[in-house]
Amino acid sequence: MSDRLALLVGTPKGAFILDGDPDRRSWELRGPLCEGWPVHDISVEPGSGALLAAAGSPWFGPAVWRSDDLGGTWTHSSEGLTYGDDGPAIRTVWNVTSGPGAIYAGVEPAGLFRSTDGGRTWAHVEGLTNHPTRSQWQPGAGGLCLHSIVPHPTDPSRVWVGISAVGAFETRDGGATWETRNKGVRADFHPDKYPEFGQCVHKLVIAADGGERLYQQNHCGVYRSLDGGRQWAEITPGLPSDFGFPMAAHPRDPMTVWTIPLNGAERGRFAPDARLGVWRTHDGGEAWVRSGDGLPQENAYLGVLREAMAVDRLDPVGVYFGTSTGQLYGSRDEGRSWGLIADHLPPIWSVEAAVVG
Amino acid sequence: MAVVHLPRSLVALFPGTPRRLGATGATVAEVIADLDRQVPGLANRVLDAGPAIRTHLNVFVAGERASLGTPIPAGAEVHIIPAVSGG
Repeated sequence: MSDRLALLVGTPKGAFILDGDPDRRSWELRGPLCEGWPVHDISVEPGSGALLAAAGSPWFGPAVWRSDDLGGTWTHSSEGLTYGDDGPAIRTVWNVTSGPGAIYAGVEPAGLFRSTDGGRTWAHVEGLTNHPTRSQWQPGAGGLCLHSIVPHPTDPSRVWVGISAVGAFETRDGGATWETRNKGVRADFHPDKYPEFGQCVHKLVIAADGGERLYQQNHCGVYRSLDGGRQWAEITPGLPSDFGFPMAAHPRDPMTVWTIPLNGAERGRFAPDARLGVWRTHDGGEAWVRSGDGLPQENAYLGVLREAMAVDRLDPVGVYFGTSTGQLYGSRDEGRSWGLIADHLPPIWSVEAAVVG
Repeated sequence: MAVVHLPRSLVALFPGTPRRLGATGATVAEVIADLDRQVPGLANRVLDAGPAIRTHLNVFVAGERASLGTPIPAGAEVHIIPAVSGG
């Protein structure tokens, strides 16, 4: 193996980068980057290899940061990242994700923006904001944030998004119109347990087999869809709770995903029994396997947030996650065993694994 | 021409920008527009939708708290200062 990895970590006190050796055993930490701005998400623009960071400063507002030299130097832009002078102010950027032909940014209050010039300028995807349900969207505990962006791998006209306490949507016409994608997903906090919208999706991911198989970790369970989100089936049985935030999909095996359930929405939201574990399925959610090997198995009163788990594309796949208490863990064997990569970081909001050469 | 004092955390976002800049304008809004011509993107960091001065920034003209419509006397000293906030 000669590929070298960089782990991109977003925190409320800036971005950090861990440069790895080819064996994924030794890591060197750089940071804080992005002038210490709160960073919700960092991703890589395919092709250019540029790093893109979704951020929002309490003083200077929202921006997407860009680095063309693996984090050495950065620029930032929020040109066009606005609902207009009559619209609500955008507090922060939650997610930045590249798709075929465009980069997408999800913001709070919830909306989607698109850039076709590498993040230098942005255009509002008005079709989502104009959805007939928009006036009824209500924020969850984390705000009214558009946090999950899932572009179809090959079809630029198709994108799924996830909005906390609102649910999932899909466009099939490049963002002009959107349809809800929440059928079969529970909303236990709603009088109608299966409403058209209002579900609290926590993380939406796409499997590796072409674009119709999706998974989601929700406030109320874990789900799988085989038809692009038109219908969901619950795959929670086998997990210790129906509540958690992160989810990551295997880059080649569509039946394998990882999740980190917490003990419950109303029970503290920390590792079940204060024993940190990662659950994985190899059969699309029919059965789940827990691994706590190498993770703290007592007194682990911590959580893992929605964007704070990632996989690399190596073989075997590396899996990484960061905790609310500033530890970064990694697995070189697809989640069977774990090791501590970094400690004493700020609370970790996001983790991404980038192959850099 | 006003003399505008910029905070360290703002000029750090635009490498090479000095902490003091001369800018013209009859109001705070016009001064910020002139700053944005000199330092493209600066207005987006200082102004929110509305437009309005961002919630956690304060602008002072000749030592007095100002809004976007505040007039700029000739030779005025303008300070842009981040509020005490954060954690």
